[in-house]
Amino acid sequence: MRIRVDMTRCQTHAQCVFAAPTVFTLDDNDELSYDAAPDDALRQAIEQAARACPERAIFLDGA
Amino acid sequence: MRRVAIVGAGLAGLTAAQELRRLGYDGALVLVGAEPFRPYRRPPLSKEYLLTADDRHLTLADGDLDDLAATWLLGHAATGLDLPGRRVLRGTLPPVDFDGLVIATGAGARNLPDGGHLPGVMTLRSLDDARMLRARLADRPRVVIAGAGFLGSEIAATLRALDLPVTLVSPDPVPLHRPLGRQVGALVADLHRAHAVDLRLHRRVTAVTGDPTVRQVHLDDGTALPADLVVVAVGARPRVEWLRGSGLRLDDGVVVDGNGLAAPGVVAAGDVARWPQPALDGELLRVEHYSNAIDQGAHAARALLGYPGRFAPVPSFWGDLYGRKLRSVGLTGIRYDTHLVASEPGGRFLAEYHRDGGVVGAVTAGFTHSLAHYRDLIAKQMAAPVPAPTPFRAS
Ligand SMILES: Cc1cc2nc3c(=O)[nH]c(=O)nc-3n(C[C@H](O)[C@H](O)[C@H](O)COP(=O)(O)OP(=O)(O)OC[C@H]3O[C@@H](n4cnc5c(N)ncnc54)[C@H](O)[C@@H]3O)c2cc1C
Ligand code: SF4
Repeated sequence: MRIRVDMTRCQTHAQCVFAAPTVFTLDDNDELSYDAAPDDALRQAIEQAARACPERAIFLDGA
Repeated sequence: MRRVAIVGAGLAGLTAAQELRRLGYDGALVLVGAEPFRPYRRPPLSKEYLLTADDRHLTLADGDLDDLAATWLLGHAATGLDLPGRRVLRGTLPPVDFDGLVIATGAGARNLPDGGHLPGVMTLRSLDDARMLRARLADRPRVVIAGAGFLGSEIAATLRALDLPVTLVSPDPVPLHRPLGRQVGALVADLHRAHAVDLRLHRRVTAVTGDPTVRQVHLDDGTALPADLVVVAVGARPRVEWLRGSGLRLDDGVVVDGNGLAAPGVVAAGDVARWPQPALDGELLRVEHYSNAIDQGAHAARALLGYPGRFAPVPSFWGDLYGRKLRSVGLTGIRYDTHLVASEPGGRFLAEYHRDGGVVGAVTAGFTHSLAHYRDLIAKQMAAPVPAPTPFRAS
């Protein structure tokens, strides 16, 4: 599957990191990086991340 | 279940609606909301929205609300609950029948006992409140903020960004005393002072006077502060007035059981709900934070549809102060032992909260990347079975 994070919205809440730690990570400077093409098996965790993101910055499948 | 009513069209109510549909519930869905708006994001009201008045910050769901196939009854509050008749009452408007009910009426701002209704004295909870507050700022008022919790502290920071003179009054020894404890609160006090906020700690507002609008704020040491605008941020109370006499247990919120039920077929979620938190040995907890409204809204939907499962979340909240992102996980505050793990001159810090020797929470500015580790730790502890009480044996 493909995902996208709108980095102009992201405010480093780390909710996505909590929900899907293998997809989203924060580096030592609290900058977010993520796997834009994660395995389909992670879909549920990623949907949870998208729902939990307080900035609604995570978009699934080209949305 | 064929007819679900959700009372309170805020974040918890919306999340419950979305989760019901996601789980395949295809019956009727009615949302009853007191505000004339569909759900929006409240946190920007004290942050970006107050600064810029840009509505885009408030968008909660990007255009997908119609997919819910819900009926929205907005602009009129529920006035009562007829539990045996399974109806939500709406004054003289037709009642709403239900067989499943989600209570998600949130919380409302507390006001000052004396002078709270003078023009120029405001609270901030809703979009209407924020618009009224914004409208006042053009006159460049001298502002006094009563209360130095999250809301008061954030409003102070935002108004300083607009270069307005701000006095912040709190009866506590430091800002954010209860939610973050003394040491972290002291760091926040330094931040306020560094941004020229006139901080009046250990002080209570006793009265607000002026005619026809506010002119002075009186403190308990006899000081009279000149003021053109007073923002009251002294906490919120759960919106349960419409449930009085309904038979539901009301005690600083709607009390639900371990499964999220307030009564058969009745659930509650968000700022209005109080639940037994397993990590605190079942102590009743009510949390006024964004992520809790999401977690609990989704849990309430599952409970309504009969999915088993305790609500044992790892809470988390955030706040923005002078460009610093305050982020937390777990249980924090004055009732736990604070351990300041790191504190740097630029304002970066990391603090842990301990209970009975174990970490139960953490808060940081600048070390958000370490919160995932704390969250795992805390989640494991919370998942650990609560030891059964030792049976009493007479010997
Ligand atoms: C200014 C501000 C800033 C915030 N900032 C943060 C932050 O930075 N981080 C954070 O974690 N949290 C923050 N919060 C808290 C967060 O917004 C709340 O926890 C969250 O909105 C709770 O959602 P809810 O759905 O339970 O309640 P609400 O969002 O309050 O929604 C409840 C809805 O029910 C309606 N209602 C009430 N009574 C009735 C009735 N009788 N009939 C029908 N409808 C009714 C209300 O009008 C409201 O629309 C902030 C809150 C405010 C006010
Ligand atoms: S939850 Fe949202 S805002 Fe937070 S780090 Fe992830 S994408 Fe960014």
